[in-house]
Amino acid sequence: MTPKLKKTLIYLSFVLPALIFFTLVIIIPFSQAIIYSFQEWNGISASTKWVGLDNYIALFSDKDFISSLWITAKFVILTVIGVNVTGFLLALVLNKALKSRNILRTLFFMPNVIGSLIIGFIWQFIFTQVFNQIYGSTGWSFFEINWLTLPDSAFYALVLVFSWQFVGYVMVIYLAALQGVPKELVESSYIDGASGWDRLRYIVLPLIMPAITISTFLAAAEAFKMYDLNLSLTNGGPFNSTEMLALQIYQEAFVNNQYGFGSAQAVVFFMMVALITLGQVALMKRKEVDM
Amino acid sequence: MEKYTASKFFTEIIMIALAILFIAPIYLVFTNAFKSYNEVLNSTASLPSALSFDNFVKVWEQLNFPVVFMNTLIITVVSVAGILLISSMASYRLVRSPGKVSNILFFIIISAMIIPFQTMMIPLVKVASDFNMIDSIPGIIMMYFGFGVPLAVFLYHGFIKGIPLELEEAAAIDGCGPFRTFFKIVFPLLKPITTTIGILHTLWVWNDFLLPYLMLSSPENQTISLASYVYFGQYMTQWNYALAALTLAIIPVLIMYLFLQKNIIEGISAGAVKG
Repeated sequence: MTPKLKKTLIYLSFVLPALIFFTLVIIIPFSQAIIYSFQEWNGISASTKWVGLDNYIALFSDKDFISSLWITAKFVILTVIGVNVTGFLLALVLNKALKSRNILRTLFFMPNVIGSLIIGFIWQFIFTQVFNQIYGSTGWSFFEINWLTLPDSAFYALVLVFSWQFVGYVMVIYLAALQGVPKELVESSYIDGASGWDRLRYIVLPLIMPAITISTFLAAAEAFKMYDLNLSLTNGGPFNSTEMLALQIYQEAFVNNQYGFGSAQAVVFFMMVALITLGQVALMKRKEVDM
Repeated sequence: MEKYTASKFFTEIIMIALAILFIAPIYLVFTNAFKSYNEVLNSTASLPSALSFDNFVKVWEQLNFPVVFMNTLIITVVSVAGILLISSMASYRLVRSPGKVSNILFFIIISAMIIPFQTMMIPLVKVASDFNMIDSIPGIIMMYFGFGVPLAVFLYHGFIKGIPLELEEAAAIDGCGPFRTFFKIVFPLLKPITTTIGILHTLWVWNDFLLPYLMLSSPENQTISLASYVYFGQYMTQWNYALAALTLAIIPVLIMYLFLQKNIIEGISAGAVKG
């Protein structure tokens, strides 16, 4: 065996196992999704028909798709802002050397380790049963209706529960970043007489910019791809008012058997997620300062 | 040391109250899981009038809990072990054999992190049935191997770049082959990042719903998430049973969290910062 051949064999035996599984479940299905999106296929019959860009053209005149697109956009914007602002504020308070800091951190992070599907069921119980009981004993109109039965409130229920699950995660990232801010910088700002707001705006925020970039990215990616919670909390209802893109792709393919059309949705979904999340990171990276 | 002032004490009280309110949904699920149907409806907020495990006994059998628990455990442990093994090996070779091929492979693998699962899931079902991987536990484990690779390779690759070459060179001079060098010398050095990747992937596979939902159909192959979904669909109006099922579903992961919380929180923030 020549040394070169031996080297190649060693290289392959290290890299190939990962590469085979990766190709099988990611590369092949991803390429096929692109091919399907130019075809008409019901998922069962052996015959498929090439339809060019028809699926894509149909997509942008499809009422359900457009409405899902808006719901998803609204959801991503609201949750990204909500989760980051609340997570940052919690981290700011926990960073104040509280005696109970560790236990608080443990509690706020807890919903994050439970699967989103189960979280949705837990909150179904809260919205239908607990809210009803609270209304019965307090009379506060906030708790009067079952949030999941009306379109607007069902959407905000989804925003609330998603944020509830995700806020601890973002808080942990901000807490780690805040602990990395040099004490001397903060102390010298006291001597210079900076106000609390100035200290936050001109010293703390610029220094934790990398944490803001990554938290925004993670929250946006997670919100875009949300499926489990959508399914278990509202299942897209009432009247499709909370059907986000990930759920709709599933419906289109596996319930309506429109594999070609569903694949076109899936490809557009991929392009949106990639463009928006990567664009956001590129944009925010430019605002980061080097220490 | 900073002083413990009155305002700090006040903040502390408010935060504890807030945390209790925050965690109340989980607490309410636990306490109501012990009640009878009527008691859930009429006095949701109070503690159960008697400590009865009737709901759990019934749900334990209906869910076939020992079986779905073992399925979830086996799938999670084998998948994560496999992901750690194949990804650490691949990343090591990609870092130590720099060049065009390695660069391209690395780029393709990490680019896949941005592809949403929903984009691939339609053809995936077909690929899986072509390879006889549907409704089989070994089949779904092999799929997790593939889906776990991108993030694991990304994190391993970054870590291995920071490891000095000297140890491996010394091992090579002593006549140590490439596999022995990797398993005896390099892999132990990777422990911190292996822990991080292991935690991230354990939580993901354990809680995953959509892949089992697409791939596992027979009851004896179901995971906890999947069985809870099926069960909740049938019993959602009978809150006492539904809540006992949810309690059973979250207890294993909460126990793991309480024991490993420091590692989990640190692992997750480390994974995020490097990602």
